[in-house]
Amino acid sequence: MGGLVFYSSSSGNTARFVERLGCDAVRIPISMKAEIPPVPDTFVLICPTFADGEGRGAVPKQVIRFLNAPERRAGLRGVIATGNRNFGTTYALAGRVIAAKCNIPLLYSFELAGTETDLARVKNGLDAFWETPCLTT
Amino acid sequence: MMPPHGPLRAHRPLGNVRQDERTHPMKEEIKPCAVPRAINWNRLHDEKDLEVWNRLTVNFWLPEKVPLSNDIQSWATLKPEEQQLTIRVFTGLTLLDTIQNAVGAPAMMPDAITPHEEAVLTNIAFMEAVHARSYSSIFSTLCSTKEVDEAFRWSEENPHLQAKARAILQTYAPGANPLKRKIASVFLESFLFYSGFYLPMYWSSRAKLTNTADLIRLIIRDEAVHGYYIGYKFQRAMERLSEAERAELKDYAFGLLFELYEIESRYTEELYDPLGLTEEVKVFLHYNANKALQNLGFESLFPAEAAEVNPAILAALSPDSENHDFFSGSGSSYVIGRAVATEDEDWDF
Ligand SMILES: Cc1cc2nc3c(=O)[nH]c(=O)nc-3n(C[C@H](O)[C@H](O)[C@H](O)COP(=O)(O)O)c2cc1C
Ligand SMILES: [Fe+2]
Ligand SMILES: [Fe+2]
Repeated sequence: MGGLVFYSSSSGNTARFVERLGCDAVRIPISMKAEIPPVPDTFVLICPTFADGEGRGAVPKQVIRFLNAPERRAGLRGVIATGNRNFGTTYALAGRVIAAKCNIPLLYSFELAGTETDLARVKNGLDAFWETPCLTT
Repeated sequence: MMPPHGPLRAHRPLGNVRQDERTHPMKEEIKPCAVPRAINWNRLHDEKDLEVWNRLTVNFWLPEKVPLSNDIQSWATLKPEEQQLTIRVFTGLTLLDTIQNAVGAPAMMPDAITPHEEAVLTNIAFMEAVHARSYSSIFSTLCSTKEVDEAFRWSEENPHLQAKARAILQTYAPGANPLKRKIASVFLESFLFYSGFYLPMYWSSRAKLTNTADLIRLIIRDEAVHGYYIGYKFQRAMERLSEAERAELKDYAFGLLFELYEIESRYTEELYDPLGLTEEVKVFLHYNANKALQNLGFESLFPAEAAEVNPAILAALSPDSENHDFFSGSGSSYVIGRAVATEDEDWDF
């Protein structure tokens, strides 16, 4: 049974999406000094994009810190990327970078805090991906 | 990060004496005897200020960078009424950028909480001037002086364009509520531009005026950061308010959006009815209205079905970033391995 891990900066879009999704999820801390909470053995990561104009730095440094630990990275099964289409060619770029770097599939992309359609697709998609509904405690 | 000495109040930005406070000088904290302080970018009160500053400064561009003259031939293929529509749409966009440059961004400076926010707002203000200026570059490259003069006259007389400009300017007036000002500003940045931005994206999706579209995409990218940042500062300020005050502001935001949407609908009909594009533009308006609300931390207003934008327009907004939908099995393949420009510095593996 896989879990969900996400990063959301202080603008909170991704956090608002995850809250509406209603699944148990672990949030990667914003503070680089904070301890990273324990994560499920296998999980999908939801990650927003913060690139510069050339596409550098698309993956937030907090997420890089998280993935730099081999034991956590070993559990990553897929990534869902977020962003804003108005950024043009770097739209949701963090997902493409993480997928390539960690050799896992990019499952889905959505904008900001997501629409009702995004919510339904991610919910059904994750249930099908893990072949079981997500946990809610 | 908290500053090392005392509360934020001690670090009020230099220009931070609000108009509304000047008329009510009993507020303790605004006494002009506060020590004028130099901005220290190595002591941040809000990391977002630096993050956004960095993004805005690397984004910096000027219209000269875009080879607009490559569109001269393409321009000649547009029908006269299509040319006139395009010039009018760009004149309407110029008006919004002019407002945000001369009034909107400066009006928010006295409301800044950190000195770095003030600095970011000066960058925003300047880029609005670049945006406004770049429409004139398009005009001088593609159009006759007479056509352009006619369009500027039209912009002063068009009731819908004038109504939206006035609705926004009202909230920027001295003495207005700083958070209502931010709400209006996010609506300008993330909603009001889009009845106009639709057209160059539409032309681009039909392989017309593609260099002009490149320039517009640079503007759209800037507006994305502006709407994000002002919305973010709004959310921070909301956190410090009571439940009742938050509810009042949320009501105000949705009310103003309804008012602006009404005006935008009329404006859209008048401009786009002759080309039969009105319904499609309205869907684009719904989509962007929802995104503007999300920038403010609110939920969407228009249902997802009413905000499903033509995929050709979405592709024009974000070229080369194919839509990945592994979940529903549609969209392009999820296979990775696509080379992307990233630096490897912070990755350990
Ligand atoms: C400085 C900055 C740069 C950004 N760059 C991109 C980008 O290159 N591509 C993209 O799709 N979104 C970009 N975004 C948009 C964010 O990914 C988007 O707002 C996201 O919802 C933020 O998630 P969060 O609020 O959960 O932190 C950027 C936002 C900021 C503030
Ligand atoms: Fe602008
Ligand atoms: Fe702007």
